[in-house]
Amino acid sequence: MIFSFDLLVNAIVSGILIGGFYAAVTSGVSLSFGILDIVNIAHPAFIILGSYVAYIANATFGIDPIIAAIIATPLFYVLGAVIYQVYYVAFEKRGQESLRGLAFFFGLLFITEVTLVLYFGVDYRYVDARYIGPTLHLGMIDVPLRILVPFLVSLLLIAVLQLILTRTFIGRAIMAVAQDQLALRLMAVDPVRIKRIAFGISIATASLAGAFLIIIQPVEPSVGREYIGRVFAICVLGGMGSLPGTVIAAMLLGIVESLTATFYGPSWAPAVSFGFLLLTLAVRPAGLLGR
Amino acid sequence: MSALLAIDNLSKRFGGFVALDKISLSIPAGERLGLIGPNGSGKSTLVNCICGTLHNEQGSVEFDGRKLDGLDAHRRTHLGLARSFQLPRPFVSMNLADNIRIPLLYTVGARGIHLSQHLIEERCATLLREVGLEAKARHMPRDLTQVEMRKLELARAMAAEPKLLIADEAMAGLTHSEVEDILTLLVRLNDQGVTVILIEHIMSAVMSFSRRLVVLVSGKKIADGKPEDVMRDPEVERAYLGQ
Amino acid sequence: MRTPLFFLMWLGIAAVVFGLALSSGNDYVFFAGYVVLQYVVLSTAWNILGGYCGYVNFGSAAFFALGAYSTVAIYKFITENEFYRLPMPVLILIGGAVSGLVGFGMGYLTLRLRGAFFAIATLALAVVLQTLIVNWDFVGGSRGAYIVRPEEIAPIGPYIRYLFLCMLLLAVAAITIARLIEHSRLGYGFATIRDDELAAEAAGVPTLKLKLIATTISGALMGMAGAPFPYYIGYLQPASTFGLDYAVNSIAMPLIGGTTSWIGPLVGAILLGSLQQIATVTISSAVNLLIVGLLLVGFVIVAPNGIVGLVQTYLRRKPPEFVGRRHVETQSPETVP
Repeated sequence: MIFSFDLLVNAIVSGILIGGFYAAVTSGVSLSFGILDIVNIAHPAFIILGSYVAYIANATFGIDPIIAAIIATPLFYVLGAVIYQVYYVAFEKRGQESLRGLAFFFGLLFITEVTLVLYFGVDYRYVDARYIGPTLHLGMIDVPLRILVPFLVSLLLIAVLQLILTRTFIGRAIMAVAQDQLALRLMAVDPVRIKRIAFGISIATASLAGAFLIIIQPVEPSVGREYIGRVFAICVLGGMGSLPGTVIAAMLLGIVESLTATFYGPSWAPAVSFGFLLLTLAVRPAGLLGR
Repeated sequence: MSALLAIDNLSKRFGGFVALDKISLSIPAGERLGLIGPNGSGKSTLVNCICGTLHNEQGSVEFDGRKLDGLDAHRRTHLGLARSFQLPRPFVSMNLADNIRIPLLYTVGARGIHLSQHLIEERCATLLREVGLEAKARHMPRDLTQVEMRKLELARAMAAEPKLLIADEAMAGLTHSEVEDILTLLVRLNDQGVTVILIEHIMSAVMSFSRRLVVLVSGKKIADGKPEDVMRDPEVERAYLGQ
Repeated sequence: MRTPLFFLMWLGIAAVVFGLALSSGNDYVFFAGYVVLQYVVLSTAWNILGGYCGYVNFGSAAFFALGAYSTVAIYKFITENEFYRLPMPVLILIGGAVSGLVGFGMGYLTLRLRGAFFAIATLALAVVLQTLIVNWDFVGGSRGAYIVRPEEIAPIGPYIRYLFLCMLLLAVAAITIARLIEHSRLGYGFATIRDDELAAEAAGVPTLKLKLIATTISGALMGMAGAPFPYYIGYLQPASTFGLDYAVNSIAMPLIGGTTSWIGPLVGAILLGSLQQIATVTISSAVNLLIVGLLLVGFVIVAPNGIVGLVQTYLRRKPPEFVGRRHVETQSPETVP
């Protein structure tokens, strides 16, 4: 273990930048699990799906992956709405969501991943864009643009989501449906419709997160699995649905992972996020900025 | 007279909301206590704290000479504390007889009493008969009306052979004669030595059953005494008329 | 039918199955059959915690792998140094003990968590365990571990037949344990935990204790299923041993078969396991998982009570219920929990 200040600073900066990206990845789960209490364990698979969509657009038409993802967002929204409708009719209405709902999403995880494998194979795919390659050198800190750009757009995404949740009627209805469905009904708002919209938004974020992912690193279908732990760890640590909390938790995790990988080696990295999760669940299930 | 249930300065908060504010109450064995108060006054929270479903931050609860603090809910049931839930919570995957069987197996059984197969069946039938549900012994809870589910709740609490039974709004929605039936049942239980705490909104039932009345408003105990005296208390009148 | 009779009956069926396999003259039957039987044990084990208690364990692979790796550790320590080889039943028991202990530990840490959090925690534990094993060089780390399998074992013949027999007996033991639980006070207790834990506590059911029992038994059985695996496969690799594939199968098989009794996991494992063996040979192993995923999602939506549920509904024209267990008496607290 070679310790140098240089290495330490870079590891921390790297962790913060990746953390921003993790926050975008988790934002969807903050919506579905943190606010709506739906354990969508398949979310990482939809992110990978987003990566592949960005890949196809980029490889075939040369479109910038982020632009492609933005264009694909409505499609992902519809996908989310459809999935929620099925989930609602099959499970939520019958009160079966704990065992069977969980199994449903687990199944979706597999179906999505395996379908991608059958279509694209297990080779790593990557995208091409102007900002992939160059690195900013700020003194002793190296900031690869391919990480900086997703970081910035991630923060933008979170800011937009937070605005939606706090300033728009739909957003506040979504926050309300988590707390008091009856009150919503009395206001002539259909809770099911609100939840459908919320879940749609949740999956829509996966489209963008997927683009960010494939910009940062090459992607193959099983990459999603390592994100399951990260996403739920951040969601719980961040207080289950608090977007600011998600950002803080994500950066925290990013830094710890980065430091572990730099000084102890990358083979310990998966244990970090999952270990984080266990620690959070054991010590403070309400998270940092808990609800 | 030493108390069967002694609650001392019990407080419970939910975040910033104070649900119970330094409640103290001493209930001797054999008491017929009525607990009333407006909705949201903390009655069910108090029950949950006594029974261990919720943990109180301050204060203590002593039952039959034992401190209950930190004890799991099931241990409190073993000691002789039983309650029915305000919103019935039957075991949905088993029939009524099996629902009654659970406390017999796990509470009565935990007290070192050996119950043969035959005896268990008999007690299940008896208990169901006492609440008028013996005809539906092999039915599932989903086949029951709301009223029947409340009766099942009560029967299940009784099956635990408690020293103290807390009936949490067991009579909501019942007809006049059904209320009478439940009251008769509770009186008979009391005659057999079971202390009963009745939480109800049906004033006629509360007044006829209770020998002592406690009023809870906004988490505070504002009255505790003989029913006639309590109902004449101006603060109680204010609490109810002011709603 | 009392449990001892049940056990003997299934031993008889197992003997018939073994005889049929022998008469086929094709050792492939043993190879494929072993995998199916392994899934019978895994599904039955998962169902004890998942189906009976309602607690979803995503970490089945970890317990399975622990059993496998305890065998590897013993192999590296003893057999490779040419002391002697521990007989398979002993290895199975050791694997079971290790996994049971870990199951208990995991339960102790996580069972106070609400349903969904518990499930996620199990996933987390599985990954943490996997990372620990991958970084443990004694058992080969990420490079994997080789086990030299003996060619033959008298009087059975090829070693694979011996492994098949062991797994067959383990499967009979597993379903017997499951049935024993169902017909005991424990089975009632588990059902109340599944239905309404709060009401169960109020009725006097010691929910934490029962859940710990469930996780320990479940973990132990999974470990036992994993213990012979290194000898079966010859080369053990953490990535595949800890793979989510085991997790999805041990969840899919009981859900497709039916979760309320021991029959469901058996049916699910035999049907789905055989289907996968055929698919792997004829199509590809990736399609395997697709089939499992599709069937899981399909059944969970359309037939929540599984195949057993469908059959029960068809036969009785009534939705399936918790079948009344008639022969339960209370016992003194020191014996049956």
